[in-house]
Amino acid sequence: MHTIGLDVGSRSIERVVLDPATGLWSWTKVPTTFDPIGQCRRLLADADGVPVMATGYGRKLVAETFAHLRVDTVTEIQAYALGAHFLYPEARTVLDIGGQDTKVIALNASGKVLRFEMNDRCAAGTGKFLEFMATALQVPLEDFGDYALGADKRVQINSMCTVFAESEATSLMARGEKAQNIAMGLHAAIAQRVLAMLRRVGLEKPVIFAGGVAHNRCMRRLLVEAVGDGFLAAENPDVLGALGAALLAARSISSAQGA
Amino acid sequence: MAGSYEAMWEKLNLDLDAHAGLLEVLGKFYGDIYLSQDKRLRGMEYLDFVLSEIHGLRIKELQEAKAQGRKVVGTFCVFVPEELVYAADAIQVGLCAGAEAGFDKAEKILPRNTCALIKSFVGFKLSRLCPFFESCDLIVGETTCDGKKKAYEIFADYAPVYVMEIPQMKQACDRDLWKAEILRFKETIENLTGRTITAESLKKAIRLINDRRRVLQRLNRLRAAEPTPISGRDVLLINQVSFYDDPARFTQKISELCDELEQKIARGEGVVDGAQRVMLSGCPMAIPNWKLPYIIESSGAVVVGEESCVGTRNTRDLVDEEGQALDAMLDALVDRYMRIDCACFTPNRERLEHIVAMARDLKVKGVIHYGLSFCQPYGIESFKVERALREAGIPMLAIETDYSMEDVEQLKTRVEAFIEMIR
Repeated sequence: MHTIGLDVGSRSIERVVLDPATGLWSWTKVPTTFDPIGQCRRLLADADGVPVMATGYGRKLVAETFAHLRVDTVTEIQAYALGAHFLYPEARTVLDIGGQDTKVIALNASGKVLRFEMNDRCAAGTGKFLEFMATALQVPLEDFGDYALGADKRVQINSMCTVFAESEATSLMARGEKAQNIAMGLHAAIAQRVLAMLRRVGLEKPVIFAGGVAHNRCMRRLLVEAVGDGFLAAENPDVLGALGAALLAARSISSAQGA
Repeated sequence: MAGSYEAMWEKLNLDLDAHAGLLEVLGKFYGDIYLSQDKRLRGMEYLDFVLSEIHGLRIKELQEAKAQGRKVVGTFCVFVPEELVYAADAIQVGLCAGAEAGFDKAEKILPRNTCALIKSFVGFKLSRLCPFFESCDLIVGETTCDGKKKAYEIFADYAPVYVMEIPQMKQACDRDLWKAEILRFKETIENLTGRTITAESLKKAIRLINDRRRVLQRLNRLRAAEPTPISGRDVLLINQVSFYDDPARFTQKISELCDELEQKIARGEGVVDGAQRVMLSGCPMAIPNWKLPYIIESSGAVVVGEESCVGTRNTRDLVDEEGQALDAMLDALVDRYMRIDCACFTPNRERLEHIVAMARDLKVKGVIHYGLSFCQPYGIESFKVERALREAGIPMLAIETDYSMEDVEQLKTRVEAFIEMIR
C-alpha cells in the first residue's frame, strides 16, 4: 500500500505518493490559487482508503474538508525535518524559506527535531517579501534571483518591513541607483536576517536549504558565501514537506500494524 | 445578566453599548474555550457562575460594601500587600487588563509599542468599560517595570492612583526601602478607610489571605496527578478569579473543588488521554487572556503548571503567622513579598531555580515561555530561562505575543511543532 503526503503552502501545493516498501516516490506541484480546496480535491481524487498526511498552513483545511478520507496532520517543521533526513541523512540543520514563513530546524543524527525557530507574524524575510519586491521592480519572480546577480554592487537596504523596504527601494531608484543593485540589496537584507536565525538555532552543518525560495540562485549564492562549506540547496526544494508527510503516514501504518 | 444590572452600570458611568458588546464577546469566548470542555469538574460551575457575573453580582457586592462605608482598592500586581487592605476592612480587587479593549483610546496617551497589559488597563478606563475601575476608591500602581511606572503618571489624570516603589535588588538596603514602602502603604490605607490597622485585624487578614494561598497550593498539588485531572485553562481561570472574588468565599469554594478533585484522582480519571504535560512560564495572563493556553490545549498538550503572577508566583510563599505584635507581623509581610521572583529584580537567579525545580516536580515534557510583546524584563530573562532549562535537559519554546488574534495560526504551528518535538 502507498501513502500520500500533501503540503498545502501559501503559494504552491505539493503531493508526494510514496511506496513505503520500496521507498520509491513521485511528486506533483500545483499552484495554490484562490481555491486550495479544489486543487486538493484534484490531488486527492484517487485517495480513497489511502493514508494521507497533510502539512503546511492549509493542513487543517484538508483534514476538515476531506474527513471521509484517512487524513492526519503534521506541522511543516516536523514534515521538513523528516523529508530532509530521508534525502540527506547527514543534515543537521534545515532552512526552509517558504511563501510566508521562514523556519530553521536543528536535527540530531537520527533526524529528530532538537530546536526550531520561525519568523513571527510578519512576512519580513520570506518569499512574500521577494515576491513583493520583484513586482515593485517589474521582474518576474522566477527571474528575480538571476536579475539580482547582474548587480555590479550591493546597495544597503536597511528596512526588513516589506512596506518600508519598498519605499526605500523607490527612493534609491529616484536617486538613479541601478535596479539590479537594489534587487541585490533586497536579497542581501533577507540573507542577513536568515543568518541571524540560523545562528540562533546553532548552525550545525550540513545545512539543507529548502522551500520555494531555495530556487532563487542569488539567495543560494549569498547564503553559501556566508555559511561556507556544508550549505546545500536541496535538489527539489519544494518537495521536502510533502515527502516528510508521506513518510510519516507510512510510519503510522507500520506502528498501527505493529500494535 | 444585563437586564438587572443596567441601572448600576449606568450609575457607574459605563459606556453601556460598548460594555454590552464586550460582555457578548466575552460570553462567546468563554463558551468556546471553557464550556466546550469534556469531563469538567462540577466545582467549575462556581467559576462559570462567577465569570457570568463578572461585571454583575460581584460589582453589586462591592457597591453594597461601599454603601456600608467599606473602601475598594484596585491593583495590577502581586506586590501590593493585600493583607493591609483587608486589615483595614477594605476590599482589594485585581483590575481588568487582559483584553484588547479601548486600545485606540489608550494609544492617544501612550506609545503604540507599549505592552498589551498596560494598554489594556488604560483602554478599559478611558473607554468606561470596567465597572471594577469605577468602583475603586484607590488604584495602587507599582514600579515593577518602566512601562507601568511611566503609564501610571499619565493614568493619574483619570483615576486616583497611588504608586508603591518596588526595589529592584534584594540587598539589605532594598529590604529597608520595601519596609518603608509597606509602612507608607499602611498609613495610606488607614487614611483612606479611617481605620487603624491593629495586631488583631492584621493577624486575621494574614490568615485570610494565607488561606487563599493554601487552597491554591493544594489545587496545584492535586492537579499535578497523572493522568491530569483538570485542564490547565480551568486552573488558570481559578487563579484569575482569585484576584477579584471575596477571599473567604473563594477559599471555601475552591476547597470543595479540591475535594472533588481528590475523588477524581482516586478514580484515576483524567481530562485528556495521551496529552503531553507542559508548563507555562513568564508574563501574567489576566482575564480574559486565554489565547495561548487554549492553543496549547487544542494541540495535544495539557498545561500542568503556571509559573506566573497569575499562578505560582502569587501563591508559593505564605506570610509567617507566628508573629503576635504588629511590628513582627509587618516584618513578616516585608519578608514574604521580598521573596517574589519577579523579572523586575536583578539578578533573579531564584526564578531560574524555581522554574527548573517546578518543571522537574511536575514531570513536564517541555516549558512554554510566554512573553508579552514589549515586556523587556520577561523578554530578556527568557533567554536565561531557556539556558537554565536546556542545562536541565528540558526543552523550551519562547512565545512572544499580545492580545490580538492575528497571529493565532502562526502560534498554532509553533506550538504544535513544539509538541510534536517533545512527544
